[in-house]
Parts: sequence; structure tokens; C-alpha cells
Amino acid sequence: MFIKFLIAAVFAGTPLLFGTVGEIMNEKAGHLNLGVEGMMAMGACAGFMAGFFSNNIYIALLAAFLAGMLGALIYAVLTITFMANQNVTGLTLTIFGVGISNFVGEFMLVNSASSSLKLPEQITAQISNINIPGASTIPVLGPLLFQYNIFVYLGVVIAIICGIYYSRTKTGLNVRAIGENPGTADAAGIKVTKLKYINVLIGGGICGIGGAYCSMIINGGVWMNNPVNGQGWISVALVIFATWRPLRAILGSFIFGAFNILKYYFPKTIITIPNAFYDMLPFVITALVLVVTSIRKSKENSQPASCGVNYFREER
Amino acid sequence: MLKTNDYYAIELKGITKSFGKVIANEDINLEIKYGEILALLGENGSGKTTLMNILSGIYYADEGTIFIDGKEVSITNPHEAIDLGIGMIHQHFKLVEVFSSMDNIVLGTKGKYVKSSALKEEVLNMSNKFGLEIVPDKKIYDMSVSEKQTVEIMKVLYRGAKILILDEPTSVLTPQEIEKLFIILRKMKEQGNAIIIITHKLHEVLAISDRVAILRKGKVVDTVNTKESNEKQLTELMVGRPINLKISRPETKKRKTVLKVVDLSVANEDGTIGLNNINFKLKSGEILGVAGVAGSGQRELCETIAGLMDAKTGAVLYNKENIIGKTPDEIINLGISMSFVPEDRLGMGLVGSMDMVDNMLLKSYKKNKGAIIDKKPSRKLAEELIDKLSITTPGVETPVRMLSGGNVQKVLLGREIESEPNVLITAYPVRGLDINSSYIIYDLLNEQKKKNVAILFIGEDLDVLLELSDRIMVLCHGELMGIVDAKKTTKEEIGLMMAGRKMEGVDSDE
Amino acid sequence: MNNRSHTPFIRTVKISERSSKDTLKIRIAAFVLALAAGGIFMLLLGYNPFELYGTIISGAFRSKMAFQATVKFMIPLLMSSLGVAMAFKMRFWNIGAEGQIIVGAVCASYFALFHNNWPHFLLLIVMFAAGAIGGGLWGLIPAYFKSKYDTNETLFTLMLNYIALHIITYLRDGPWKDPDSSGFPKIARFAANAQIDKVFGVHFGWIIALILVIIVFIYLKYTKHGYEISVVGESKSTAKYAGMDVKRVILRTMILSGGICGITGMIQAAGSDMTLASSVAGGVGFTAIIVSWLAYLNPFGILLVSFLFSILDKGSSVMQSAYGLSTYFASVLQGIILFFILGCEFFIRYKFVLTKKGGK
Repeated sequence: MFIKFLIAAVFAGTPLLFGTVGEIMNEKAGHLNLGVEGMMAMGACAGFMAGFFSNNIYIALLAAFLAGMLGALIYAVLTITFMANQNVTGLTLTIFGVGISNFVGEFMLVNSASSSLKLPEQITAQISNINIPGASTIPVLGPLLFQYNIFVYLGVVIAIICGIYYSRTKTGLNVRAIGENPGTADAAGIKVTKLKYINVLIGGGICGIGGAYCSMIINGGVWMNNPVNGQGWISVALVIFATWRPLRAILGSFIFGAFNILKYYFPKTIITIPNAFYDMLPFVITALVLVVTSIRKSKENSQPASCGVNYFREER
Repeated sequence: MLKTNDYYAIELKGITKSFGKVIANEDINLEIKYGEILALLGENGSGKTTLMNILSGIYYADEGTIFIDGKEVSITNPHEAIDLGIGMIHQHFKLVEVFSSMDNIVLGTKGKYVKSSALKEEVLNMSNKFGLEIVPDKKIYDMSVSEKQTVEIMKVLYRGAKILILDEPTSVLTPQEIEKLFIILRKMKEQGNAIIIITHKLHEVLAISDRVAILRKGKVVDTVNTKESNEKQLTELMVGRPINLKISRPETKKRKTVLKVVDLSVANEDGTIGLNNINFKLKSGEILGVAGVAGSGQRELCETIAGLMDAKTGAVLYNKENIIGKTPDEIINLGISMSFVPEDRLGMGLVGSMDMVDNMLLKSYKKNKGAIIDKKPSRKLAEELIDKLSITTPGVETPVRMLSGGNVQKVLLGREIESEPNVLITAYPVRGLDINSSYIIYDLLNEQKKKNVAILFIGEDLDVLLELSDRIMVLCHGELMGIVDAKKTTKEEIGLMMAGRKMEGVDSDE
Repeated sequence: MNNRSHTPFIRTVKISERSSKDTLKIRIAAFVLALAAGGIFMLLLGYNPFELYGTIISGAFRSKMAFQATVKFMIPLLMSSLGVAMAFKMRFWNIGAEGQIIVGAVCASYFALFHNNWPHFLLLIVMFAAGAIGGGLWGLIPAYFKSKYDTNETLFTLMLNYIALHIITYLRDGPWKDPDSSGFPKIARFAANAQIDKVFGVHFGWIIALILVIIVFIYLKYTKHGYEISVVGESKSTAKYAGMDVKRVILRTMILSGGICGITGMIQAAGSDMTLASSVAGGVGFTAIIVSWLAYLNPFGILLVSFLFSILDKGSSVMQSAYGLSTYFASVLQGIILFFILGCEFFIRYKFVLTKKGGK
């Protein structure tokens, strides 16, 4: 039973993983992007529709990535080049992204022959749980490690790559400097604007893939309105919980996924905990993390110092 | 070991730079050799920082040529300077707090990976070569100021700098750390680097440099070999002969001690010494001038008395009552007024986006009863001040940040005086003002003096201080060097104290 | 002072100050451009922009009922925007209006559900106070941690939003569950005694909202508190220099900011929903941030902008019946318009400058 719980937690946490890693990429570069929900929504729609028409998961993934990136592009141009307020722009992106995703979804539904949109066979097979002969049948470890779908493995790989990128590469270091102190980064010869764009855009693309998971997996391959349904916002919280580290986000998203489904698994005989408390838990814990890190002035676990502030190079 | 070639490391010919009407550098000629340490000596406003900023690519000269290694070059931005081997270590460090020293050193340089042990070894080797103590994994926020400075030095060396420029490097260091720095500099000199050190401290100049170039009012006054010079000569060159400004100095009687500062020591947020054991009395009806190079503790003194900064030890007695620990509000209500004009001029005392009227309100808005602000007296005051102080402004409703030149200071001082304080502390009130406006300010201060206000006047211009003040107190590196009678002292004496020479037994503090 | 450096071809330069006439011209141009962009979107879908915009406007005004609905939509948006503006003026980024609305609604609902036998006006006043206090406390929490530990207020208030939301869910599914609800749990409808009376067909929340506009305007512009908020917002160190108690100003202002949002929650619950539902805020707390920002934190500007938003929203719901366009269309249109206005703001404080290639 416990194993089943863990597996379910992983599945539940996967969309969060994408959203979180994507947002981490934004915030590391100094941009608090409250448009995660919107970028995920755009990816959800684009991914689903591309998958529906092309019957190919790879095309679907690409479409989702590009759609998320498009949303991020709007945000990037507005906040990086036009120096608009990051909070307001991000919130607008959420409104826009969710809106256009549902709009297109409904449009497609209305104009389709049948009463619902369901992903065709080939792609459905491509996104179902994998089965490695031999490995998948090992007791305990088999299902725990080798029976997930392509999104799960992709998400973990992306998170690991991001983790290495930020902690071990020169470029990653430069990006982190931008998020902490753009003036210093600029003085050191780093191309601030270029790196900001790259990180925000790729981050948005990753969010888009997370959205595709929501629309393609969670609802059993059938398009439903509002596929993301708040998971973008949970991802924003998760970024804090993971203290802005992609590797921690892996474990963190599975933990949050666990919270999501905990109410279905927790034995009710001991004590009945209202469902709302389970749902509240991730946010309460995240708020605690925020408070504790600020009391302890823990600089490494805090938001990048210059996040949320647009950078303008003063005239010399 | 670099080969000593025939060329100078740096040759500056005819460098001239103006900012608007102000000539910062005028026809500067200077040479620096490899394997030598040149000290750049000068008061505030002498042009030494501007000159070094030109060398490091922050400014571009209006006229003149620069030769590096014998080749004529054009340095249009800081990266070009670095490419030419020029590394400037600024007074205000540019480091990322949460990174380690190694991360900061390699930031922005070429290469793919950061954590490789090869990189670490490279950095350690280089630091050993120069005798610098670098702990690669230590975080900047865990470091002392001296350690941070070492990281800054490593940064430029790692990028291949052969010419090092250090801007007032010792102002933030303890005596022991200064010694360590000098050992490092001597080692670098042996390795063939060219080092320029901007400073105002004579004993350091004499201790570390091979040659000294003295700047005054934008020009190079002289360049001497350190071994052949002494403190007296250098001071004379630095401050020049006194100019008669004809500022009046009214006589007042009935002077009694209003403010007594006892054993005051203040530490800055970053741990550096702000003030160290300061003792002095401020009397009613007098102007006590405070001389000292920027960063000697003037700001700390102002902020501590005004209640904006905590004191480590000591007391500030106002009419026998210790005001340390009181809130700024309480101190304002006691009749102690402080105005500090920082370099960017808007900084603390004014709200840039508000107009004159709203700024007039800043300390007096609570005076009237009720919840609504009464702007009428402030408006009246604002209009009076525009007239009285000849403030140039499009109108009373213009945001203060749009006021040009020293008009901002006029607003600030005008407001402080109107509060009819008992103690008036004013720092750099004539910064950037033209002659006429400055005289208006001097008259204002003398008016207050005649009304028996106790005035602490912190200024940059020694000639003004000598004529306006009754007594002069000199700060250097947070220490009180001495207090002298303004009528009896010489510019030289003040210059010496500013440059670090304590006056034994000279305490005209009665 | 020139700088013939290797600067990029186009660079951004700050403009020292624009005249207010110029600023207004740019803003109007931005608005027109934004509408045009929305119009292009409509064209792409095959509709006539003028027709569609016309429908939107008429949809908001075409009948007494329509207008009332527009106003009903506007009230919570206007009020919470005012609340948000108070905090923003102090540069305290209160993203938690949504949560403050909810907690205010919860506190007010307690009295509505369990003390609905009290005299009507007394009950309403108590509910009103409860809403204010509830929202105020929800705003006080992040303010306290910010002033003491410099805890990031953007993120903290965001978390509090979701905690508040789940508090309603808990109450709805548990202690306050309506025994009559079959299928989906819900909270009981308020008794008539606990509902806000209507004036001119809309619950008199609109009167409170308008009064708040004036109160907030006077408070920010003419009172000592308002002055303190402006100074603290511009520079904490200048505020300290002036003798202000910065911590007190932050706490006090956030209590007021949250309190206003809390009142919004009470009015929504007792005036519009007639019950406590998890949709009591329904995202208006987030829209309030946008409205507040676009209006430059000016209460009368907020009145105007929230009115325009309401027209767009109410009018768009008509589009569903008129053209078969889903309600999501309104979100997309709103997003496009907002993006344009955000982009055009740039030109008020900055401009682009072309430079010739650098070098000597």
C-alpha cells in the first residue's frame, strides 16, 4: 500500500516538478514570474492539440515547450526590455495564458466532430507507463523506479541538468550572479540581458511541458477545461520550499504530490483529518520555510537578492 | 618576473576632463613604471578619482592621450581596461555576497566549469604567488573587510592585470591589516607590476610608495621621489597656500557647553570602525568646524548624534542628559537638528519625488493637532526660502529631485534652520554650490551663531573652515586628531592632522 | 561627458522628467493602441472589432439590470484595489488581497450564520467590523514578519492566500456545513436578516465603496499617516531621519490595507453571494493588483480603471450569448490590452537611443 502511495505521489508531483524548475530558472535570473499558471496552461493546450493532431508525443512535447516559451517571451520582453513591473506582468500572463488555453480548447471542442477530444491511440501508448522487461518486475524497486511514463523521467532529467547547470557551469554561475547582484555581474562583463532572456524563455518552455502533463495524463487523455487548475501556483510555492535548487525540487515536488493525495491514503481509523488540512499543508510548510530562513538570515536558502527588481544600467 | 622594457607601464599626456563647468582634470602628465608603487595624493575634489576612472575605462577623457606599454590606446569601457591589463580595486567592492571567494574571482571569465579542482588549484597557485591568503570556499558574507579586499585584488590578478590601481584601500582596514596589504603590494611590485595607490594618508604614502604625485584642484602640482620628501613638504603641496575668502566671523560671548561627546566609539554595519574614542565639547554661539577626508567618520558622527546609529561605547550629553539610545524623534524634539548632504545630494534629508512644500514638512508635520496635515505654514516657509536663499526652481510644486545644483542644499538647510534648533549639525552644506550661494549659506550660519545656536559644521574646503569656524576639529580614520583654535592655526597644521598626524597636547577645548 | 564605448546599437536611456501633459498623451496613446491590438485579435477570429467593442459597451449598459450587474462586479474590485493601493504606496507588495478578502468574509460570516437573530443593523455593523478585523489581522501577519525579519512579503502574502482558501473549504466541509446540502457540501444561505440591503437595486456595498474612495484619497493625500506612508515608501532611511517609527507605519498601514480587503469580503458574502463560498474572492484580489498599478495608486484613477475593467468583464459575458464566444475570450482580450499598456508605460520614463558603432 505504501509503495502504491509513493508511486502515486511521484505521478502527482510531476507536473509540479516542471512548473517549479521552470520558475526556478526565471527567479535565478532575477525575475519573479507569477505567470507560471498561464505558461503551463498554454503548454497544456498546445501540447494536447499538437498531440491530438499529430499523434506523436515528441511533436506534442515540442509544441508544449514552444507555447510555454511564447508566454515567457511576452513576459520577458515586457519586464526585461520594457522594464514593466514584474508582479503585474506575471499576473497578467496568468490571466492571458489560462484564458487563451481554455479559449482554444473550447474552440476545438466545439468545432470537432465528436463531443469530446480524446488523444488517439499511438500517442496514448507513447505516454503510458513504461515497462522494461526484467527491471520493471523486480519486487518493490521495479514499480517504484521503472514503471513511470515519459514525463516523469523527462522531468527528473531536466531537473538534474538544471541543477548541474547552475551549480557547476560557468554560465550558470554567471546567471546566478545576475539574480543576486546584476550590477556586479554587469561590471564583470556578463551579458545580463542576453542571459536573462535565455533563462526566462527556457524556464517558460519547461513550464509548458508541465502543463502538457496536466492536459494529457491527469484527465486520461481527454481534454477538459482548466487542466492546470492551480498547479502553477503550487509550483511557485514549491520554488520556495525547494530553496531555489532544481535538485531539491525533485524531492520537493514528490513531497507536495504526496500531500496532494495524502488524504486518500492516510488511515482514517487513527484520526480523521479534514481534507482541507491536507490541501493547506504545502502552503503552511512553505510559509514556515519563508519565515525560518528569514529569521536565520540564511542567505543561501533565500530568494536571489535581486529577484523582482528590473535591472537598468545607469549612464556613466 | 616581467622584463623591464623600455616603455613605461602607463604614460598620460595632457589628460583633461570636465563635467559641465567643473574641470576635474586639467592637462595631466604622469608616468608610471613597472615595478614601482606610485602614490596619488590629494584632497577631496583634487581630481585623483576622476583620473583613475579614466584609466579604468569608466570615464573617457575630453583631451589627451594614454599610452600603455608604449602603445597609444583608447579605453572606452571597463572591459577594455581589463584587457589592457589594468585592474582597479574600488573603495566599494563589487562582490556577490552569497558566492564563495572562488566563485567571485572566476565570475564572468572564460571557461566551462566552476567546481573543477583544476580551477581551484589555479586560483590557489596564483594567490600563493602574490602572498594573498585566499580560502576558495569561504563565502563573502562571512568575510571581514580585509578578506573581501583580498578577493577584489585576486579578481583583477586572475584576469591578468599588470597594472593595479587601489582607491583608498586602507580606509577600511585595521593597522595590522594595512601592514598585511603593504606586504602584498611590495611582493607584487617585486613581480614587476605597476601599482597606483590613491590615498590621503601621509604616513602610508611615506611607508609604501616609491614616488608621489600630488594633485590639487585638477592639476598635478608636483611629482617627487618619496625618499627625498617629508610630511611637511607633502602637506604644503597638497593643501597649497591659504586663500583669503573674506568670510565674516562674528564674535559672540556667553558660550556655554551644550553638547558634550564622551569616549564615543561607533562601529559600522560591516564591522569597520566608524568612530574611535571621540571626545569634544560643542558650545552655544560657536561654529566648530570638522575637517577630514571623506570617510573619516563624519557621517557616523552625524548619524549617532541624530539617533540614527547606535554607539558601541561612550555618551553624548546634551545639557547633561545622555541622548544615546533616544529615538530620532525625541532628539529632534530636544532641538537638535542634523542635515547631511551626501555625495548624491538627495540621499537622506529630502524626499526626491515630493515638492518643496512636502519636504518642508518632513520634521514638522506632527506639530499641529489633528490628523490632517497643515500645509499652510510649510508653503509659506517654502516661498520665503525661495526668496531669501535665491533658490532656482520652476515652482513650489516641482519635485525636489529636479532641482539643479545646490538648490537642494538650500532647501535642506533652510528647513533645518527654520526649526529653530539649539544645536545645528550641518555636513557639506555648500557642496556643489556656486560662490554667491555659498556666501548666503555662510551668512545663514553666522546668523544662527549670533542667536547662540551651537553649530557643528562639517566641510570639505579648508579655506572656508579656517575663516568660518571658531575652532576646528580634525577627524582621520575615525579618530580625533586634535582640536585647534581657527584663528591661530595654519592650513598646514590642519593638513597634517587630516593626513594622520595626531597633535599631541594641542587641544583648544575649553 | 560623452562615452564613445562599445555600447549596443540601441540602448535604453532614462528621461529626467516628462511634463504631465506629455505623460497623459502617452497614456492615452497606450490605451488606444491597446484597444487596437485587441481589435486585431478580434479580426483574426473573423469578427468586426467595432461591432464587438460596441457589444461589450452596450452589454454593460443596455438595461437597468445589466448596469446593476456591472456595478455589482465593480464593487469588490474597486474596494480591494483601494486596499492594495494603500500597501503599494508604501512599497509593501501586498499580493495577499485575495486571502484578506476571504478571511474577512469568514469572520463576517460567523456572525451571519450563528447570530442572525440580532437586530438587523447591529448585525450588519458587527459583521462589517468582523470583516475589517479579520482582513486586518491577515494583513498584519506578513507585515510583522517583514518589519522584524525582512521576510519577503510578496511570497508570504501569496502563501496566505491559499491557506485562507482552504480555511473556507474546511469550514464548508466540516463545522459550518449546511445540513441541507445534498451531494456537494456547502454553507447555508444567510438569513435575510444578515443580508445587505439594496439601494437602487444593488446592495449598498456600492455606497461604502464610493465612500472608501474618498476616505482613502483624503487619508493618503492629506493626513499625517498618509504623509508617513509616502515617505516610508520612498526611502526608509529618510523616514527614520525624519523621526518616523517605520515599523509602526508598516504595521498600521497593512492592518488598514487588509482591513479594507476584509470589508470587501464581508460585502461580497453578505451582499452578493448571500453565503460563504470558496469563490467569494474569485480572483478579484489578483485583478486588484493590476487595477491598482495601472491607476498609479490614485483612488480616483482606481475608480475609473475598475469601472473600465467591469465594463469589459460584464460586456464580455454578453458576447457568449450574442456571438457564441466563450467567456475565456474576455480573459484573452483583457490580457492583450494589459500587455500593451504595460509596454507603453516604458516610454514615459525611458526612451530608446540609437548609437553609431562605438570606438574612437
